[in-house]
Amino acid sequence: MRFGVVVFPGSNCDHDAWYAASHILGQHAEFVWHDSPSLPTNLDAIILPGGFSYGDYLRCGAIAKFSPVMSAVRKFAADGGLVLGICNGFQVLVESGLLPGALVRNQGLKFVCRLTTVRIETTDSPFTSGGERGQILHLPVAHGEGCYIADRRTLDELEAEDRVVLRYMNNPNGSLRDIAGILNRQRNVMGLMPHPERASEPLMGSTDGLVILESLTRAVACTAE
Amino acid sequence: MSTITPDLIALHQLTDGEYRKIVSLLGREPTYTELGIFSVMWSEHCSYKSSRLHLKKLPTRSKLVLQGPGENAGIIDIGGDYAIAFKIESHNHPSFIEPFQGAATGVGGILRDIFTMGARPIAVMDAIRFGPLDRARNRRILEGVVSGIAHYGNCFGVPTVGGECVFEESYSGNPLVNVFALGVFKKDEVFYGKATGVGNPVIYVGAKTGRDGIHGATMASGEFTEESKQKRPNVQVGDPFLEKLLLEACLEAMKTGAIVGIQDMGAAGLTCSTCEMGSRAGTGIEIDLQYVPQRETGMTPYEIMLSESQERMLLVAEKGREEEVFRVFRKWGLDASTVGKVTNDGVLRVKDHGRVVAEIPNRDLADEAPVYDRPHGVKPYRPAPLEAPDLPDRSAHVQADLITLLASPDICSKRWIWEQYDYTVRTNTVAGPGADAAIIRIKETGTSIAMSLDGNGRYCLLDPREGTKLLVAECCRNLSTVGALPVAATNNLNFGNPERPEIMAQLVESIEGMAEACQFFETPITGGNVSLYNETLGEGIFPTPVLGIVGLMKTEQPVGMHFRHPGRTVMLLGGVGSTDAVHLGGTEYAKVIVKGLWGLPPALDMDTERRVHEAIRKIVNEGLVESAHDLSDGGLAVALAESSFGTASVGAEIELNSDIRQDFLLFHEGPSRILVSTTEPDKIRALAGECGVEAVVIGATMKERLRITNRLNVLVDSELTVLWEPWQNSLAQLLRTT
Repeated sequence: MRFGVVVFPGSNCDHDAWYAASHILGQHAEFVWHDSPSLPTNLDAIILPGGFSYGDYLRCGAIAKFSPVMSAVRKFAADGGLVLGICNGFQVLVESGLLPGALVRNQGLKFVCRLTTVRIETTDSPFTSGGERGQILHLPVAHGEGCYIADRRTLDELEAEDRVVLRYMNNPNGSLRDIAGILNRQRNVMGLMPHPERASEPLMGSTDGLVILESLTRAVACTAE
Repeated sequence: MSTITPDLIALHQLTDGEYRKIVSLLGREPTYTELGIFSVMWSEHCSYKSSRLHLKKLPTRSKLVLQGPGENAGIIDIGGDYAIAFKIESHNHPSFIEPFQGAATGVGGILRDIFTMGARPIAVMDAIRFGPLDRARNRRILEGVVSGIAHYGNCFGVPTVGGECVFEESYSGNPLVNVFALGVFKKDEVFYGKATGVGNPVIYVGAKTGRDGIHGATMASGEFTEESKQKRPNVQVGDPFLEKLLLEACLEAMKTGAIVGIQDMGAAGLTCSTCEMGSRAGTGIEIDLQYVPQRETGMTPYEIMLSESQERMLLVAEKGREEEVFRVFRKWGLDASTVGKVTNDGVLRVKDHGRVVAEIPNRDLADEAPVYDRPHGVKPYRPAPLEAPDLPDRSAHVQADLITLLASPDICSKRWIWEQYDYTVRTNTVAGPGADAAIIRIKETGTSIAMSLDGNGRYCLLDPREGTKLLVAECCRNLSTVGALPVAATNNLNFGNPERPEIMAQLVESIEGMAEACQFFETPITGGNVSLYNETLGEGIFPTPVLGIVGLMKTEQPVGMHFRHPGRTVMLLGGVGSTDAVHLGGTEYAKVIVKGLWGLPPALDMDTERRVHEAIRKIVNEGLVESAHDLSDGGLAVALAESSFGTASVGAEIELNSDIRQDFLLFHEGPSRILVSTTEPDKIRALAGECGVEAVVIGATMKERLRITNRLNVLVDSELTVLWEPWQNSLAQLLRTT
């Protein structure tokens, strides 16, 4: 499988995502520079990594959405390509309108870095098909603006359409309805605040992130068959 | 043309003697710009004029040291083709004036020191000290410093993996912010701050120059007075996003092979980088300030040369290959501009639109700075009695005292602080904040780096020499406890006014103690920082040397400090130790329970200490323990509680058999002791025995309780939650107090 990892100025988890995809999953992974108007051919999945794209100036993800690569990512997603936005990548996805809602300042007003427990709410997605509904994952978070908000109708819709993928068991940031990760309507774009790439080796204290990353590779392998 | 008045000289914190030396070196009166240049380069902060003579006593070499003091950071060989660069630096004065930006730019500055050498920063740690939290100002400074560190490190994308945080009245008007950073690179990819190759272009990259931070280095070399607050404009403002771009651009530009030398613009900005790069290479540098990218209009040459605007670098490229360098910086959206060239005359020549405004031999600035043998032939300042006060036996109150200690600011959990730091970015953090030593794996080599920072102003006030030796011992013990071999050190010397002989005596004693201990534990000093004049309104801080020691180990699942399973044997490597009332005077028990400071620091036998390190490294690396935790602040009782605070909720039943007074027994801070839990007590006893170390069985682990008895007297018997909650929640509660 072929991963593309987008590098915005200020991305700082780009290398971690690349390392997880290439060294842990053993897949092809390459970086995609923010001002390239098109994506490399034959990519199966795009990762928008964590970090502080464009310094998080103005609003997290607000400037990144205008970068040339995001037009290409929008098209890639519209064509059914898999897009995973982690942390700042999630923020970029909501700013870009690829996912609904917004991510605002943590309720505690401080950056929070800790291992959280989240529950898989649906396995009907290429990102969680390898897990089980109700399965508990230990995944680290590290963010200052991870509080997920949306109007009630949107939240109801997300739940009615089974698009809430992950929910915090111990909400670290005040996200409405404990939402940690969501899907788009077509279920090929996922955004989440926790970092699966930081929980992909026993040395890091958890390998639960592999449930998400390996679901992806499996989903791509299945489509290819 | 020059109008250098005595007032102007005094304003630049130059003495009459120093000014006369400037005139004699130049053979004329300096211009105003030259006076400014001399004043920053000859400031205490840049020239180490009070400490240099004594710093020479420190050991700086070993088989693994590739670069010792004098460069931007020290470099250690870690095997394979790889090396690490690391250093600690203080940002005390700016953090008092403007806590958030002061601390943030402290992080920014040390990170540049690391990547200017070509190394990618992979870890940061902080040793921070404040006044007591019952005062709103101290709480505000703490919150500002912590969010400043978080702001910069998190955005830059370097994990902040540990450190220490201590509270003491003496830091009330003078907080300490010491930041340690470490980076990794290939051994053959090291860059130095040398301006070699006459005719090569000198290129300025990064942020534009503004009026911020002018005379920061001179400010950091003076005491604080009521007027200090007016110095707020002297504090720089950091932009971690720009620094992240600068990092990536510099590392990428280095790969072109077109860069011959590079140095960051830190203290004393453009002045320091130009003259040091020239001086190191034995060349000169000529620049014209009209080419320096500027953020404000109408800046004078004086202001441009002395600005400490952040996120700037100076580099020398191979002539004709400038475009390769420019291309990289354009890609990252950064300014890069040729500002001058390398010359063969050894002179720093500064022009402004072609007109010479300063012309000083590089060596005069960088190497001819005055060196002072400040008087120190007196006893170190020691405002504490030698004799212990009357100490009523508190054996009946040990459990209550333990809870008080666990909730005390120095000992309680610092989670409130370190949760604000991203400590897992870069996916290398094997052991993060809260562990005895932080561990960062090197993905490329299968090796990991263990790191420990430690200072103790109380020990060092009582005896700067012995106190400093204890710090070296403690850092090495921390590293050994996680199985790492200590290999090298960096130091941050935070002291008061060196012009006072009894303060200078503290500094000299401390350096000599450090020299002896670093020699003994084979951890040469590869660089560091001296911060003097840490006084506010004539009141000095406790003498506070801070050590940062790094160790090497195989990349493996760490042992950790927490008990994991009930029914395991609990052993104390090094035995329970002993103390008298005099050697209890520097402990946390003395501070928190007795509310005093007296006597001497705990007694250290370096030979015993080293044997304990050897023993624990063997024991850990042979996989014989389930947990290992060294004893330090708060002694045995606190260590037992901390080992019980893991997610498994496993405590211990401890049965001691000692005739030491029971409150002393539980809380003394005698060094050379490590607490382990194991299924292999016999093997441990045998291995320890081979090293000549006592390994005493003191009890067994059990579910959810900590119970400590001595000769059948029950001293502590408590559910873990009763101990854990005050320890866990204390800091947040102290900060909420209004």
